[in-house]
Amino acid sequence: MGPLIPQGIIDPAWNNVFALLIGLAFGFILESSGFSSSRKLAGVFYGYDFVVLKVFMTAVMVCMIGLLYFDYMGWMKLSSIYILPTFLYSVIIGGVIMGFGFILGGYCPGTSFCGAVIGKIDAMFFTVGLYLGILFFSVLYPVFEKIYHAANLGPVQVHDLIGIPAAWFAFAFLVVGLIAFFVVSKIEARAKKIEY
Amino acid sequence: MKAPNRNDRSTRYLNPYLGGVLLGLLLLMTYFITGRGLGASGAVKSTVVATVNEITPEYAHRSNYYSQFISDDESPLNTWLVFEVLGVLAGAFLSGALAGRLKLKVEHSPGITAGTRLVAATLGGFLFGLGSQFGRGCTSGAALSGSASLALSGFLAMMGIFGTGYAIAWIFRKLWV
Repeated sequence: MGPLIPQGIIDPAWNNVFALLIGLAFGFILESSGFSSSRKLAGVFYGYDFVVLKVFMTAVMVCMIGLLYFDYMGWMKLSSIYILPTFLYSVIIGGVIMGFGFILGGYCPGTSFCGAVIGKIDAMFFTVGLYLGILFFSVLYPVFEKIYHAANLGPVQVHDLIGIPAAWFAFAFLVVGLIAFFVVSKIEARAKKIEY
Repeated sequence: MKAPNRNDRSTRYLNPYLGGVLLGLLLLMTYFITGRGLGASGAVKSTVVATVNEITPEYAHRSNYYSQFISDDESPLNTWLVFEVLGVLAGAFLSGALAGRLKLKVEHSPGITAGTRLVAATLGGFLFGLGSQFGRGCTSGAALSGSASLALSGFLAMMGIFGTGYAIAWIFRKLWV
């Protein structure tokens, strides 16, 4: 039956209305979880605040299990949603550069919008940086084009790569996540308190 | 510096696990309605495309990059992610207003000046923007939505971002602790 708009159950004219409403909820959840503060976000790398790991891992678990449940119930086939294709070199290069961006900037794009709109001037500067970084990529695209398209594995999913059913992978992810929550709660309790 | 008050309403946040469950359900609902996940950097990309197309339309049409995203009858800004990010701005503003967190300030560790923080933030944004193009999405579009939909690319982006973060955190610790 789903996804509703691509299957024509909801008229595509509603697309942008849903975009606004979904964005509204997205921004509200991020901000109320504390993602508008760079010092809170950076805590995940220094052991004094693991809010990023807790929110992120919980969200991935819930959505992943939900998608598998929807697939199992026949409400929405996993094969009917968009799966990000894997361009092996490009995604690894991108991940590493983004890691540097996170440590230097303290934000990622979505969280910087949340910070900027509640008045964090550093978040506003981060978004200007984002614009310039993307402009830099787009102007130098002819230089990057080859590596950007190299090693295209297509929309491969991680359980196919390992060769196990998706549900087994989701279960393993759940177990790893719960262990991670336990471990970080211990680290957090021992970390030097930082006020911000 | 004023001693932080833990009872201050503005430092009280949602329980992170509840926030995570809500975010996971929202992402699931987004997939169910639109067939795609959430995103953020794509909206900035659309803004870049729109401004370049406005300033030098011939260059934009010639370029292998910009020409992918421009059409004659629609603005490059008319994309799902641009509307979603407008929603994000409104939602975050609403949450910040309700919690009493609307305040103009440069947030930085006491070990660095506001100027250093702003330079690092701009540089960080630049790198995140650049990296998000190679990654075909940022923390939202690649790491979060990608991993939740079991895409290999999503896990690679997540491990790249956080792995690099942990690997270099010590070098840049002065910025934060």
